[in-house]
Amino acid sequence: MTAESEERLGNFFGRNIPDVNVIRSCVHCGFCLPSCPTYRLTKRERSSPRGRIWLMNQVSIGNLELLDPIFEEEMSLCLNCRACEAVCPSGVKYGEILEASRAQIEEHRETPVAEKAARGLAFNVLFSDMKRFRVASHALKLYQRSGVQSAVRKTKLLNVIGLGESEQMLPELSDRFTVPHGETIAALGEKRGHVALFTGCIMSTAYAGVHESTIRVLTRNGFDVTLTADQGCCGALHVHAGEPDGGRKLARANIEAFEKAGFDAIIVNAAGCGAALKEYGHLLKDDPSYADRATAFSSTVRDVVEFLGDAGLSATPGPLNWTVTYQEPCHLAHAQRVTKQPRALITAIPELTLIEMPESSLCCGSAGIYNLIQPDMSSALLTRKLDNALSTGAEAIVSANPGCMLQLAAGLRARGDRRPVIHLIELLDRAYAAAESAAEPESAAAD
Amino acid sequence: MAQPAVVAQLEAALGRDSVLSNPSELTVYEYDGSDEALAGSHRPDVVVLPQTAQQVQQVVKIARAMGMPVTARGGGTGLAGGAIAVQGGILVALTKMDRILEINTRDRYALVEPGLINLDLSQTTSRDGYFFAPDPSSQRACTIGGNVANNSGGPHCLKYGVTVNHILGLEVVLPDGELLWVGGPSPDVPGVDLTGILVGSEGTLGIVTKAMVRLTRSPEATDVLLAAFPSIEAASSAVSAIIAAGVLPTALEMMDALTITAVESAYHAGYPRDAAAVLLIEIDGLLEVVAENTRLISVICEQQEATEVRVASTQEERDLLWLGRKAALGAMGRLAPNYYLQDTVVPRTKLPVTLQRVEEISKDYKLPVANVFHAGDGNLHPLILFDRHKPGDIERVLHAGTEMIHWCIEVGGAVSGEHGIGLEKKDFLPLVFTTEDLAAMAGLKLSFDPLQLFNPEKVFPSGFSCGEVSALRQQALAARLGIDFV
Ligand SMILES: Cc1cc2nc3c(=O)[nH]c(=O)nc-3n(C[C@H](O)[C@H](O)[C@H](O)COP(=O)(O)OP(=O)(O)OC[C@H]3O[C@@H](n4cnc5c(N)ncnc54)[C@H](O)[C@@H]3O)c2cc1C
Ligand code: SF4
Ligand code: SF4
Repeated sequence: MTAESEERLGNFFGRNIPDVNVIRSCVHCGFCLPSCPTYRLTKRERSSPRGRIWLMNQVSIGNLELLDPIFEEEMSLCLNCRACEAVCPSGVKYGEILEASRAQIEEHRETPVAEKAARGLAFNVLFSDMKRFRVASHALKLYQRSGVQSAVRKTKLLNVIGLGESEQMLPELSDRFTVPHGETIAALGEKRGHVALFTGCIMSTAYAGVHESTIRVLTRNGFDVTLTADQGCCGALHVHAGEPDGGRKLARANIEAFEKAGFDAIIVNAAGCGAALKEYGHLLKDDPSYADRATAFSSTVRDVVEFLGDAGLSATPGPLNWTVTYQEPCHLAHAQRVTKQPRALITAIPELTLIEMPESSLCCGSAGIYNLIQPDMSSALLTRKLDNALSTGAEAIVSANPGCMLQLAAGLRARGDRRPVIHLIELLDRAYAAAESAAEPESAAAD
Repeated sequence: MAQPAVVAQLEAALGRDSVLSNPSELTVYEYDGSDEALAGSHRPDVVVLPQTAQQVQQVVKIARAMGMPVTARGGGTGLAGGAIAVQGGILVALTKMDRILEINTRDRYALVEPGLINLDLSQTTSRDGYFFAPDPSSQRACTIGGNVANNSGGPHCLKYGVTVNHILGLEVVLPDGELLWVGGPSPDVPGVDLTGILVGSEGTLGIVTKAMVRLTRSPEATDVLLAAFPSIEAASSAVSAIIAAGVLPTALEMMDALTITAVESAYHAGYPRDAAAVLLIEIDGLLEVVAENTRLISVICEQQEATEVRVASTQEERDLLWLGRKAALGAMGRLAPNYYLQDTVVPRTKLPVTLQRVEEISKDYKLPVANVFHAGDGNLHPLILFDRHKPGDIERVLHAGTEMIHWCIEVGGAVSGEHGIGLEKKDFLPLVFTTEDLAAMAGLKLSFDPLQLFNPEKVFPSGFSCGEVSALRQQALAARLGIDFV
């Protein structure tokens, strides 16, 4: 592409223009339609991947305005769940052109002042600095404990970290935060390698317990685990919301934090973050001093489930007499194509029964901050997901991503259903605990 | 854009959510699975998403009163431009009518709505040990209504036959807005075989609102065999030898080197990248019979110089091999931005010469051609790869395609194997049919649809419809509306 065409492609103009070759690589075969959650619910072509790509194509040839309300609406209604990408025979890099289209819209639309302020607070203040994020989350926790719920609901902070305005959405925030200081927790038994743990923002505040489980399970399986200092948020929310510059800043900081040590792998236990970290190579492809480093960084990133599944468990888990079902996080199944390992790990637990739910890879409607932007579609998808999950009669829902877990837990709470939603790594941790203490299954099941 | 009055009437009949009239949302109904550079893209004036047969009837009655064309659309995966609203008008998207109404395993049928996705039906009935046999490669996205309209086939049709062999009855909305049931659960309904006429009519005679389809018992055992060959000729002779030996595989598919490259980069399905051609062969039936036939076919392939014969041992391996085959067309996007698929049939014995001819044409026009096809029944799918943004490519593609079709007809073949005539193939019909044949077809069309409002310009060759047929249509329209055309 020439420099000139980089500045304008039909009605796309300025920075972050979607790659015209990616748009054109869609041969409109329609294979992706049935996998798309928004299409399944609406059965409207415009809300399908093929329809959205066609709309992008129309903008790119100047037939449709960039700020056409239908285009804006569809770019927003898309969950960026990437189910379409996983099934596309033509290899259309959908996530890439969606994120570029969103960035284009963000760059050119008139953002209402209040929204601008909220976005600024969220993307420039909160997520860009882990200390600030922890303080905010801490404040939130105090509010929650002290019962000042209305104050909580008024803070946009809640919205921003994906917890929603309804009280139902409030998760039980963990008592502890994970603050990485560069410490290393040594492997138990024979050492098989040395990995770093990516702690992230939401995981390290709302779900610090999952980090503790991850560390225990990894060390038990022979891996030294380092909590690398100076790491921050992965930037996924920025990139998905059309704020790639904020995402790039965070990416550079993370690369610097991790690149020197030479770990066997950088382990992530939040599928959304993992997908984003694996795409740093693409995010920074135009930054000469970071492009290669980003690619090298991305190539060492592994989801903890993927990593353990591939490496195999060296320690045998104890029995859990439990029936569970597995909800596939989109960013694990579709964006990272990790589908076999989670099942292998779950079924490695003796006495545990895995019952597959229908449509296990259909998005639950959480999708980052989607549940705030598109509440109707989000709740319709959540209802469908819970109906599917509960139809299995499982005693717990296992997942592997904080966004999904928050969404599912909130949905269950709203139904008055007390079944737990747990991270796959917590499940394994419990199985190891069971092996150690020969605890009764009942105590394992109580959340 | 449609007149506000029409939109208002449609909204009154279907509800606001089911009527789309904003130009930005109509643009996504300009295409189907065919290449827009060749089939052309046309925007409907309004799109409706009915939920009942009665709503379809109301839509047709409104269209008729306004003299607006009506085009049905299912999954929009058709490869002949069949679902494109060439004259604008009302596009009836049947995607919301996607329920399975009844599964009757005792009488082996299912009653379904037309927007149901093909694979969803088989997945549902597989729990009871049944499946819907027609399995177009697009089965995860195409609809039963589209299958009926195009009389679609698929890899397994070698043994089980095409869609028409699996349709017991249909409910259709006719061009006059009336609802008609044809056929029924018992196979031989006396009288004219209307079901047979409607299947394959590509939405030009009626809109299917329910289909009663035959369910087939899942076989006891299934083997999938992959054989790699050093040349296309060797693979072709293996095909002939297998058929000559009297074993009827369920599916017998060929893919050439270019296709293998595309598929492997998409799925890593395990096709040998160094083979000139592979055969994907499926055998099903009783356990012992399958084992015996698999052994026999392996031997035949080896005799025909196969460099590798592999029997997929797990369900996962079988699924992956089939996924590679079924997504082959879509995977062409990895080789070139556009492809033009020729869907033609030649007698099986003419396969080797035809493939040679295809290769010559590819060289003559300097256009790469990938071959992936139903070798067992001689249904070729040469895919001409091109880039429509390159000047001159489209013209060369059209010429190359025409030459291929002419060749196939010369050796005794047909213009369409399974993808339908639609927009794309209709001008080739005079090559195979006499003027009398075509007149009979036009007569049939007019007796169903005197106003020529249902999927206009499709199937019937334009020379014909532009001449006599459209004159007749004008007369009929004039009579109805009480006006004169000059
Ligand atoms: C990758 C790929 C692979 C394919 N492989 C095969 C294959 O192996 N075999 C094969 O035969 N085809 C194949 N096709 C072609 C296509 O998928 C089939 O023709 C399919 O049956 C079309 O179904 P659809 O629901 O997408 O119909 P559409 O494309 O929406 O419509 C096709 C035609 O049917 C009419 N129609 C649709 N619904 C109705 C209805 N309810 N009532 C009346 N008319 C209706 C339309 O007007 C149009 O003329 C393939 C296509 C693709 C993209
Ligand atoms: S599967 Fe891929 S090529 Fe086919 S329509 Fe969807 S995005 Fe386009
Ligand atoms: S990312 Fe998900 S919601 Fe968006 S088009 Fe693809 S499948 Fe649909």
